[in-house]
Amino acid sequence: MKNNLSEKIIIYGILLLWTFICLFPIYWTATTSFKTAASVTQGLLIPWIDFEPSWKGWRNLGFSPDTLFVESNPREEFLARFFNTAFISASASALAVILGSFAAYGLSRFNYKFGFMRNPDISFFFLSQLILPPVVLALPVLVLYRELDLLDTHIGMILIYTLTVLPIVIWIMRDQFNAVPIELEEAALVDGASVWMSFFKIVLPIVLPGIASAFILCLILCWNEYFLAALITSTDAKTMPVMVASQISSQSIKWWNMAAISAALCLPLIIVAIFLERYIVKGMAAGAIKG
Amino acid sequence: MSEIKYIERDPLYVVAPSTVSQATKRAGKIIVWSSFILMVVIAVIQTLHSNEKISFGFSNWRPVLYAYVLWAVAIGYSRVLIYGERGKRNLFVFPAVMFIISIVIFPLLFGLYISFTDWNLSSIDGRKFNGLDNFYQMISDPYYWNALKNMIYYVLAVLVEFTIAFLLAILLNSQIRGRKFFRIAFLIPLMLSPVAVSWMVGKSMLEQRFGPVASFARWLGWDTPTFFSNPVIAKLTMMCMDAWTFIPLMIIMLLAGLQALPKEVLEAAKVDGANKWALFKNIIFPIMLPVSLTTLVIRIIFKLKLADIIIIVTAGGPGGATDSVTSFIVREYRDRSNVGYGTLLSFVYLIFIVILMTVLIRFVNRWLQRAS
Repeated sequence: MKNNLSEKIIIYGILLLWTFICLFPIYWTATTSFKTAASVTQGLLIPWIDFEPSWKGWRNLGFSPDTLFVESNPREEFLARFFNTAFISASASALAVILGSFAAYGLSRFNYKFGFMRNPDISFFFLSQLILPPVVLALPVLVLYRELDLLDTHIGMILIYTLTVLPIVIWIMRDQFNAVPIELEEAALVDGASVWMSFFKIVLPIVLPGIASAFILCLILCWNEYFLAALITSTDAKTMPVMVASQISSQSIKWWNMAAISAALCLPLIIVAIFLERYIVKGMAAGAIKG
Repeated sequence: MSEIKYIERDPLYVVAPSTVSQATKRAGKIIVWSSFILMVVIAVIQTLHSNEKISFGFSNWRPVLYAYVLWAVAIGYSRVLIYGERGKRNLFVFPAVMFIISIVIFPLLFGLYISFTDWNLSSIDGRKFNGLDNFYQMISDPYYWNALKNMIYYVLAVLVEFTIAFLLAILLNSQIRGRKFFRIAFLIPLMLSPVAVSWMVGKSMLEQRFGPVASFARWLGWDTPTFFSNPVIAKLTMMCMDAWTFIPLMIIMLLAGLQALPKEVLEAAKVDGANKWALFKNIIFPIMLPVSLTTLVIRIIFKLKLADIIIIVTAGGPGGATDSVTSFIVREYRDRSNVGYGTLLSFVYLIFIVILMTVLIRFVNRWLQRAS
């Protein structure tokens, strides 16, 4: 019994330690955004006990109670970036999920032959895009986009983001479709439905949770993407990570401001993680189990 | 992959009358060719216009893009017209294939060409073909090889991350209370943007004067904690930051594998009196091998793209000690006038990656076959 107890203590000890490691940076950022210069330099940690919270960081961003209903340029700027990021990542994820689901369904149901490529080759062709580092595409795409007048446009960003997440969608959805029994569709086909009808009416509702997982994973990846966004966007389509990164590199930036905007960048996805954890885990697990 | 056998019949077999009339087939071909010719005409006009041979034309190449999209749609539609039911099935895969070809293959070919040129983006001279000059320059560029060497260290760090992730996954899978809480808490670092992590951890928590980690290090007895001035420490710090964001991914994948373990086998082993270590070594680890290897491969793929936090936090310093290939090439693009050189470097990196991944996947597959 004693042995069991000490084992429990060790297990919970390690788990709590790791929880602390995971959450402390977020706690630190959140509290720092309410600090003043003095409390920053003293490295104070606990609000109300160590230091008196102030709205300074959030006021500069236009999100403190006294500035919330007053006109504020930083807030306009921030919200514009926020909606850019949300719009681009949601559209890219949606496009990737549509293209990827079709492809994955086709690959799980029919035998294809495109030239020398059979189904396994086509699957490999899709998945191999995952290992392509963005830096290889960076300059050619930059030049191509310049010629096509796609630089700093939403559509340009959406296209390139769709590309980066498409392999992941196909990876996840292929397993989802393989798990759906073919007999269901065969029955529908016998009743006279077309292939596309049976796909939309029968298969799609079954794999909807899988599609949700794929969509959320894509959303997370696109939301956080920095490298390509820094390259392609300048003003109109600039996303939040680019804005935050440019603030980091400017020397004059104050800690409480930086903390506030970092927190604002992370907050939406932390909320997503808390409420949709089930789907995120499911999406990642789908890739692992197949082996 | 190997279990897929070629059978003439599709898994989903459709008995469809495939009666497509000659006229419809001809219509399909006409659509494809006419849209193709339209695209070529627009492209030729635009080429002439941009070379200032003719005065009329478009302000940019967008119309060519529209014509290209139209052509792609025409090809897709013509599949249905020409092949009937068979063509409808092709439409499932066709858009994705076409999309990737358009956005990857064309730029890659173009990039391959750029990498053999001397090209200053801001000058008006345009590209100059300079053969293998970029390649010779690469051979004698110590910083590029240094960046590649760093990548080896970064990839090797994956093994440490894997060990930590495996331990945590096992603990999460044991009989504990509040598993959901721990799972969400463990997941959160993965949600954070590398840009935010760069500031939150790299710039503020590791700040040498009043960052909490520095204070902690001082409390432990390290008088002058600096995380980014000593090459070795800087590299380790980078590894830790990257590990911090990606260990959750590995935990989740491994946890999924652990939860799929056959319960009966574990029960039987426990009844036989196997202790925990024997249970892990003889049963859990061998069964988990495929999941573990998949996890490692995925993690290595992400690791090879490592760039954001390095670009923002150290920009490769001190003296290139933390450079990843990507961050080095980005600096190359920014600082030098010859973008052809940077592009060549990225292509050489791509070749290295393809070789590494091919060998790795072969090796993994062979290992799995031997294990099973």
